[in-house]
Amino acid sequence: MADFLEGLLYSEEHEYLKVTDDPAVYMVGITDYAQGELGDIVYLELPSAGDSFGKNDVFGTIEAVKAVSDLFSPFTGEVVEVNAALQDDPSVVNSDPYGAGWMVKLRVSDESELEGLMDAAAYQEHVGE
Amino acid sequence: MSNDTPLKRTPIFEEHVALGGKMVPFAGYELPVQYPSGITAEHAAVRGSVGLFDVSHMGEFEVKGPEALELIQHISVNDASSLDVLQAQYSAMCREDGGIIDDLVVYRFADSFMLVVNGACRAKDWAWLERHASDFDVEIRDRSDEFGMIAVQGPAAAALLAPHTETDLGAIGYYRCAHGLVAGVVGVISRTGYTGEDGFELYVPSGEAAGLWRTLLEGDGASAAGLGARDSLRLEMGFALYGNDLDEEHTPLEGRLGWLTKLDKGDFVGRDALLAQKEAGVERRLVGLRLTERGFPRPGYPIVGHEGTIGSVTSGTVSPTLGFGIAMGYVAAEFAAAGTELAVVIRDKTIPAVVERPPFYTEGSLQR
Repeated sequence: MADFLEGLLYSEEHEYLKVTDDPAVYMVGITDYAQGELGDIVYLELPSAGDSFGKNDVFGTIEAVKAVSDLFSPFTGEVVEVNAALQDDPSVVNSDPYGAGWMVKLRVSDESELEGLMDAAAYQEHVGE
Repeated sequence: MSNDTPLKRTPIFEEHVALGGKMVPFAGYELPVQYPSGITAEHAAVRGSVGLFDVSHMGEFEVKGPEALELIQHISVNDASSLDVLQAQYSAMCREDGGIIDDLVVYRFADSFMLVVNGACRAKDWAWLERHASDFDVEIRDRSDEFGMIAVQGPAAAALLAPHTETDLGAIGYYRCAHGLVAGVVGVISRTGYTGEDGFELYVPSGEAAGLWRTLLEGDGASAAGLGARDSLRLEMGFALYGNDLDEEHTPLEGRLGWLTKLDKGDFVGRDALLAQKEAGVERRLVGLRLTERGFPRPGYPIVGHEGTIGSVTSGTVSPTLGFGIAMGYVAAEFAAAGTELAVVIRDKTIPAVVERPPFYTEGSLQR
């Protein structure tokens, strides 16, 4: 069964948000459940630092062996850092989604957009596990 | 298939569930697309050691009687008259217009033939066989549910089986078979496969298949491998998959099966159409494509030339062994020569590709 880590925020699109030292910046990746559903990840298309996205905009793409999947921005914000290590080894998203498999750090522009996100228990219920 | 058609289970189903296999619908069966190790690891296990595949969804038709060979010659495009006893032959069945009904393997036994067909095509193939059998002095039997089928594939396949059988595996040549016991289970041991590696396909009584699976999986270096790895392995070899790369809208001459279409063997269903196509010139061909930049080609993506779309991808993946995108698809004959520069449109990007004659992967342990 997938791992639903406490203390994170979760989106309906299977991204997690993890707080960083900067309270306005969140580390974003895909959940353990999502990586399990996608299977082995082959390529990632990620944005560049400085790119801005609206809530639910596509900010990247995951090419897994079984399917291709878009990444949706969980809130309106700006990319402050991209996990460059994933370009060489995207399989880290499969093996360590909540750790070394993080994808981008996003600076939130409107805190109120965080209100619709879920905690671990609500997300677990959302995916039906 | 509609959603309310109940999916069937192979005799090895419970083993897949116990192994944590992710079960998906395929050919009317619930089959594992992968196990927890993942498609990439399963693919590597077959290339490097040995993998076990449950291919019990395949259909097996028995043909016997005084005119068994004549019936097979009538419906199969390859020449079964050249088969020795205990030899197998890859072939295809065609409609009158040359469209491929299915690809299949024909086995010749001492007093019968066995046709091994794709699970997804079993019902239509059986109907086709029945229709033509009425013109011949033959007995036909659909024995698909009597057999479980396990593919043992990889450079260590013979080493895995050897401790479990007294059959001299080394004496079974490529596309040859033997009757024998494996781990006490009687069956047909066939040196065939769909991976480009050395290996065997075991046809055993369905009630014995799960036990044999368990026994073989305990062997050194053996891994269970699912449909995902089976697909990427066969694609690295350029082996066509019926329903993706082959279908009733394309002929064997178009689908890279000209080498097995024996137009001079005598009459067979589809021969006139295929002869006419050959004389007129084959206008479209299935080609292999190697992507020269990063991209993951998937079925349905457009193949483009300088003047626009010229075809679409029928199968594709990123080769786990080679690391680049590989695909197959039909294009007009003028674009089919090896080295032709084309491109595949992957979502909003045009990724350059070059026509390459499969196999893409040439280092396999398969000895032809």
